[in-house]
Amino acid sequence: MHGKVNTVNICIFGCNKMQFMLRFLSQLGKYFILLKKVFSKPEKASVYYKQTMSELIYLGINSIGIITIISFFMGAVITLQTAYNTENPIYPTYLIGLGCRDSIILEFSSTISALILAGKVGSNIASEIGTMRVTEQIDALEMMGVNSASYLILPKIIATLIFNPILTLISIIVGITGGWIAGVLAGVITSQDFIYGIQYAFIPYYITYSLIKTLVFAFIITSVSAFQGYFVDGGSLEVGRASTKAVVFSSVLILMSNVILTQLLLS
Amino acid sequence: MIRVKNLEKSFNNIVVLHDITVSFEPGKTNLIIGRSGSGKTVLLKSIAGLHEPDKGEVWFENILFNKLDFNSKKEIRKEMGMLFQGSALFDSLTVEQNVRFPLDMFTNKSPEEKIERVNFCLNRVNIMNANNLFPSELSGGMKKRVAIARAISLNPKYLFCDEPNSGLDPMTAILIDDLIKELTEEFCMTTIVNTHDMNSVLEIGEKIVFIHEGFISWEGNKNEILHSDNEFLNEFVFANTLAKQLRSSDK
Repeated sequence: MHGKVNTVNICIFGCNKMQFMLRFLSQLGKYFILLKKVFSKPEKASVYYKQTMSELIYLGINSIGIITIISFFMGAVITLQTAYNTENPIYPTYLIGLGCRDSIILEFSSTISALILAGKVGSNIASEIGTMRVTEQIDALEMMGVNSASYLILPKIIATLIFNPILTLISIIVGITGGWIAGVLAGVITSQDFIYGIQYAFIPYYITYSLIKTLVFAFIITSVSAFQGYFVDGGSLEVGRASTKAVVFSSVLILMSNVILTQLLLS
Repeated sequence: MIRVKNLEKSFNNIVVLHDITVSFEPGKTNLIIGRSGSGKTVLLKSIAGLHEPDKGEVWFENILFNKLDFNSKKEIRKEMGMLFQGSALFDSLTVEQNVRFPLDMFTNKSPEEKIERVNFCLNRVNIMNANNLFPSELSGGMKKRVAIARAISLNPKYLFCDEPNSGLDPMTAILIDDLIKELTEEFCMTTIVNTHDMNSVLEIGEKIVFIHEGFISWEGNKNEILHSDNEFLNEFVFANTLAKQLRSSDK
C-alpha cells in the first residue's frame, strides 16, 4: 500500500518537475525571442530618440528622490552599526568611515538600489506594458506596422542603462554623506577621522565594479519586467500578477547575478 | 480585394474558425456579423495578421499576406487602418499626438504638413478643439472618432473595424456607422466591419457575411438579409420581439 502511494507520489513529483522544466525552457525561449525583436532595427530613429528622452525622465530622473532618501539613511545606519559593533580600543575609529565607504560602494549602492528600483521601475514597466496589451494598444501598434516590442522596450532599456549608473553614483555620494552626518551627530566618530577613513586605502576599481553590476541589474530590471508585461493575457487581475512577478523575478535574478558578478570581478 | 481561403484557427485545442473561405468586395463596406463568441473578432484579427491562422490563406490583392515574413507584413500593414473595440488610443498621448503618431513613424513630412493632416483627419471625423485632450478626457463616441482619424491618417487601402458601436448610444452608433460608410466611399477603401448591431447591418452592409459557431453560414447584402431562409441567420436577425412581430405581419 505504502509502496503504491510512494510510486504515485514520485510520478506526480516527476511529472511536475518535467512540466516545470518545459515551462521554464519555453519562457526562456520566449524571453530571448522578445529580446531579438527588441534589438531589431528601429523604424525611425528620431521617434525612438524622443521616446528614450521621455523614459530618461520617467524612469531615471523620477527615481532620484527615492534613491537619495534610501541612500542617506542606509549610509547613516551602516556608520552607526559599524561604530557600535567595533567599540574596541584596538580598532582605530577611522575604520568606521572606511567600512561605511566600502559597504556602500561594493554592495549597497548597486545591489540594494537595484532591488529598490526593481520594485519602483520594474512594477511600473510591467503594469504600463501589460495595460497596453489588455487594452489592445500593442495590437494597434502592430497594425500600424510598428515593431511594438522594440518601440516600447528598447527606449526603456537604453534609458535605464544610461541613468542607473548615475543613480548609483548619486547613491554612493549621498550614502557616504549620510554616514558622515549620522556618525558626527551621534558622536561616534569625529569629522576628521571619518574623512580620513573614507580616503584610506581607496581602490578606484571598486567604483568600476559597482557600475558594471549596476548596468547588468538595469538590464535585468527592464527586460524581465517588460517581458512580464508584454505577454499578459487577460485583464486587470493578470496585469497585477505580471507586475508582482516582474518585481519577484527581477529581484531574484539581481541577487543571483550579484553572486556571479562578484566572483567574476573580484576573484 | 481581400480573400480568405480555407482558414482555420483554434485556441487551446478549441476550434474557433472552421474552413473559412470568403472574399470581401473592394471599395465597399463589408460586414462580418454573428452572435457573441461566433468567431467574428478572431476572423477579423486573422485577416489583419494579429492572429496567426493554423491553416489557410489570407490574400490582399495578389499577396499571400499570412505567409509573409515580419518585415514584409509591416509594409502591407502601413496600408491598413484599424478601429479597435475599445478604441486602443495611446493613453499617454494627446488626441493630436495619437493621430500624428503614424505620420511621425512612417512619413518624412514637415511638422506643419503633419499638423495640417492631423487637423484634416480630426475635422473629417467631426472632432474640433480637442487636440490637446488626453483619451481619458474623451467620451466613448469621441474616442471612436479619434481612433478612426488615426486609422485614416496614412490614407489606408484597407480599414478594419472591430465592433465600432459597442458601448455607444443608438444615435452615436448611427453617426459612427455613417462616418465609416462615408470614409469608405470617399477614400475608396476596402472596409471590413465586425458587428452584431442590426442597425449597422441595415444601414451600411453592402456585403454581409454571417458566421455561426465558426462556420460561414450565409453571405449576401442588406436587401437580401431580411428574406433569407437560413434558420440561424433568421434567429439572429429577428431576435427581438418587435422584429418577430414585424416579420409575421409581413408574411
